[in-house]
Parts: sequence; C-alpha cells; structure tokens
Amino acid sequence: MNVMSGRTTSAMLYLDGVHVSFDGFHAINNLSLTIEPGEMRAIIGPNGAGKTTMMDIITGKTRPDRGHVLFDGSVDLTRLDETQIAELGIGRKFQKPTVFESQTVEDNLLLALATDHGVRATLFWRPVKEQSERIDRVLETIKLTDARDRLAGSLSHGQKQWLEIGMLLAQNPKLLLVDEPVAGMTDVETHQTAELLKEINREKTVVVVEHDMAFVRALGVRVTCLHEGTVLAEGSIDQVSANERVIEVYLGR
Amino acid sequence: MGFLLTRSLDKSATAFLLVVAAVGIALPLLNLLLPESSAFQVPTYLISLFGKYLCYAILALSIDLIWGYCGILSLGHGAFFALGGYAMGMYLMRQIGGRGVYGNPLLPDFMVFLNYKALPWYWHGFDMFWFAALMVVLVPGILAFSFGWLAFRSRVTGVYLSIITQAMTYALLLAFFRNDFGFGGNNGLTDFKDILGFNVQSPATRAVLFALSCAALMVAFLLCRAVVSSKLGKVLIAVRDAESRTRFLGYRVESYKLFVFTLSACMAGVAGALYVPQVGIINPSEFAPGNSIEAVIWVAVGGRGTLIGAVIGAIVVNYAKTVFTSGVLAPYWLFMLGALFILVTLLLPRGIVGTVQSWWEPRRPNAITEAEASAESEDGVAAPKPAE
Repeated sequence: MNVMSGRTTSAMLYLDGVHVSFDGFHAINNLSLTIEPGEMRAIIGPNGAGKTTMMDIITGKTRPDRGHVLFDGSVDLTRLDETQIAELGIGRKFQKPTVFESQTVEDNLLLALATDHGVRATLFWRPVKEQSERIDRVLETIKLTDARDRLAGSLSHGQKQWLEIGMLLAQNPKLLLVDEPVAGMTDVETHQTAELLKEINREKTVVVVEHDMAFVRALGVRVTCLHEGTVLAEGSIDQVSANERVIEVYLGR
Repeated sequence: MGFLLTRSLDKSATAFLLVVAAVGIALPLLNLLLPESSAFQVPTYLISLFGKYLCYAILALSIDLIWGYCGILSLGHGAFFALGGYAMGMYLMRQIGGRGVYGNPLLPDFMVFLNYKALPWYWHGFDMFWFAALMVVLVPGILAFSFGWLAFRSRVTGVYLSIITQAMTYALLLAFFRNDFGFGGNNGLTDFKDILGFNVQSPATRAVLFALSCAALMVAFLLCRAVVSSKLGKVLIAVRDAESRTRFLGYRVESYKLFVFTLSACMAGVAGALYVPQVGIINPSEFAPGNSIEAVIWVAVGGRGTLIGAVIGAIVVNYAKTVFTSGVLAPYWLFMLGALFILVTLLLPRGIVGTVQSWWEPRRPNAITEAEASAESEDGVAAPKPAE
C-alpha cells in the first residue's frame, strides 16, 4: 500500500518535525509528539498554540508543509483525505459541538456507526439488530437513552457534547481526538464528562484538547503543553503546571 | 426492493399519490367522455395547461431533492429540463417526415432552409422512440454527472456552485441559439405532427399525455421518497446541515452529491420530454437562466425539503402566472414573482407545506416519535442552518 510509510513505530500516533504555515504565520513549528496505544493524553496551551491545527493535520483537513504523521505504527496520514482517515479509525469531536441538528439523537448515532458508507449500501440499508444494539449501548454510555427520539438540535449544550462523543464511540475508532469537550459545561457535567472519557479510555486511545485545568486534573493523565505550534512541556499535570515557561506563557497573569 | 417502497409510503405520501392518480384518471375522462355542453366538461386547453404544470411539478421535485435535502442550490436545472425537451423534440421532428413545408423526407424544415445537405450525425437514431426516450434520460444525466464530478470533487459549494450552474445553462442557451449548432437555432423545434403515430394536437392524445404526466409525477415522487426515506436520505440531510462533519464520519460526500444530482437531472429531463409535446415547441429560451431561478422559487414557495411542497409550489405559482400574465397586470408579473419570493423568505421560510406541518406537529401527541417513524420529510422541514 502506498500509504505505508518507510518508517514504523510502536506508537498509535507519531508526529515528528511537523511544520505548517498559513500565509507566513507558523501555526505549527517543528511539532513532535508520540501517543502510545491505550494512552489518554491531554493537550493544553493558550489560544493560538496550534491545538486545533494539530487536530486538522491528524484528520487530513490540513496538509503539513513538512514532517511525518504516522498512525498505528506505519500509516502515513499526510497522504490521505478526511474520509480515508475516518475509515482508518480516527474519530474527531469538534470544538463547537457539531451534531446533525435536524435529525434525531438515534439517527445521529446511526449515521456515525462504523458500517459501509457507500452510496449503494446506504440506499438499500435496512435496520440490523446488531446495529441497534450498538446504538442502545452508546446511548446508555452517554446517558441519552431517554432522548433518543428527540431532535439533536433540541438538546442542551452539554448533551450535544455527549452526543458528539457518542458519535465518536459509534464510529468505533482506535483513536479519539476530542477538542474542548467541556467548554460551556456546568461543573457536574464537566465531572461526568471526565468519568465518561476515562471509561472510553479503557478500550481506546484518546487525545483531549482542553482549556479547563480542573478537568485536566480530574482526568489524571499525562499532559502536553503547546505554545506557538511546538511542545513546551510534557509530564504530569503537577509537573507541567510547575514548569516556569508554562507559567509564563499560559498560566501566568 | 419491496422494503424501499413500503418505507417510502407514509400517510401523506400515500394520500398525495392517490390525489395525483385520481386527477390523472378523472380529468382526461371528464375531457373526453362528456359533451362540450356539459358543465363538468374539462376543455382541452385546460388539459394541456395543467399537463404543463405537471411537468413543472416534476422539475420542482428534482430541485427539491437536491436543494431541500442535500443543500445543493442549482440555478441551472432548467438546462436539464430543456435538454430532455430537445431530445423529445428531435424525435417529434423526425416524425414529421415528408409532411414538412419543404417536403424533404429526411431533413427537418429548418435544415432545408439552412442548406443542410445531410442529417447531422447527432440527429441519427431520433426517428426511433426508444432511442429518443433513452436520450431524454441519458443526455441530462451524463451532463450532470460530468458537471457534478468536476464541481463536487473540487468541493465547489454554496453560492459558487449556484453561479456555475447559471453559467452552464447560459452557455447552453448561447449554443442552442446558433443556427449552425443544428437544433433549429432561435426558432427551436416546432410544427410537430405525430407522437408514436398519434396526432399531437388531438384531444385524445392530449388527454393521454396528461395522464402520462400524472403517472410520471407519481413515479418521480416515489423515487424521491425512496431516496429520502432511506439511510441515504439521512446522509443527504447530514451533508446539507454539516458537510465537513459528514466527511469526518467517513462518508464520501462528493459521491452522494454526484448520485443525487445526476438522479435529479434525469428527472428534470423526463419532465422536459413530457412538456414539449404538450406545449408544441422547444426553443433556446427554455435555457434562460431566469427559468431555472423561477423553478427554485416554486420550491421555496411550496416548502423546500418536503417534496409535496415542491409540487404544490410549482402548480400554485404557475397558475398565478397564467392568471396574472393574461390580464392587465401582465407587465408586472416579474415584480410580483420577486415580491413573492421575498415575502415567502421573510414570512414563510418553510414554505406553504412546511408551515402547515409546523402548525400541525405540536398538536399531535408524541409528535417527534411519530414524525420520525413516519417521515423523514419532517426532518427536512426543520429550518436548515449550516452548522459550521
């Protein structure tokens, strides 16, 4: 397969020396990052640190100017488009909750299910018991069983965030990229979301981008701090938040 | 395939089909069987007029399928309609044979007039009905496929796509205006005599064409229902509401757009083919960009994303057009049409059918589950807003 790169690693996600610039602005600057299989990683950093651009590169929305992006050991993501990358098993939750508002919660999950996504298959699709059971399980996980027939647009902000996480689960990816899952959530919802992500992490590799430090602390995982498109510090939340450069650029007032 | 049919037929779809079938049977009978003195006799001119509206209704359905459900605003769908019409017109021209003004058994009148020595290669085969019927579907289909393949793969969307569809129909307008293009230039194709051996002018033929238009409308409606009530229909709505999200879920959005755009163009072609024998002429003005825009207005007035609304919109607006353009208000019709579009956008953003449905829904017990179980058309009704 031509998407196989010459290199192989044991990592689930491996970024090395990645550069991206937009009209001369270096959004990502020599970014290197390794996520091991089964790991959950929190990515923090001030606005404009390149967190979302990094997600865009991994999911094929943005092509890097330079550098290596390998998935699952050897697949070169820089040569694939969004659809191919999604099919490989990388799911993405957007910063702004993006659900299909005019469709029901159940249909949102049905659309996300990892099945044949071709035109003919969807035209002749019929309900399958196994699929509806999967949807039931996901609904239970994201606590939206009672809302299954509601239009997604009528959900609260927090519920939309969960629905989107549920859509990720229905996709059954190997790697979940979760962009600001608790933005705009209440404290209770934030706590529940942390529990939900930990639950998901039992089976899947997760990368979470988040501003909310209390949430990151609640996750209790390794933290990477980005600044100006490059890794500033890496380690436990206590180590990172004690790092002077991090305090300077991010936590400092 | 049976499950596709049963899934398509919810209550309102079944009711709609029954109404169209009843009209398709009753009006021709009232036209043919009753004496002209009877108060219930439907005059032949009305049969032709409403037959024309039915063709517009099929065109409106084809636009609603792509615009209402997939968010593709084509402002050039009149081109596919006209191409289907020309294919049928070419068949009708070849049927004239030696009965033309110049009496040439092979060449249509305009070719004799323009000093053609032989039939252009692309006119061959159109003496056979089956061939013409195939071209009615194939020509618009192939054009839509090639156009869509280029446009959707390059991710041309929104207003840019609308503009290039306008350019497409305008380019065809200019081409068909040329005498040396081989389709009768400015005058188009007309003076038809027979269709499948029956006189196109006779009341019986007109009545049959009307009934066939009803049948075609029913088939087109069922086809659209089958598409929008399948999982594919859900994907189309997903593309309409959040295209890039759909892509990240692993759907090849361009394939979906291409499928539905091509299907829609084929339907528009069939509408055009039924239109031509009923109005008796096809000329380049059918490619006019304004025609395509007008067709979009029908859908907006009726209610986009409802299918039935497209049909109602096409019939209501065209009936109004017939009424107003035949009286003292004639010079102001375009202003009225423009005002109608603005008023509908401001006051009835869901169109006639969409508004009626939204009144109906809250009063229904368990509205959401029932809506979901019965019809995706309700999904389409919810005011589509781009999520990104």
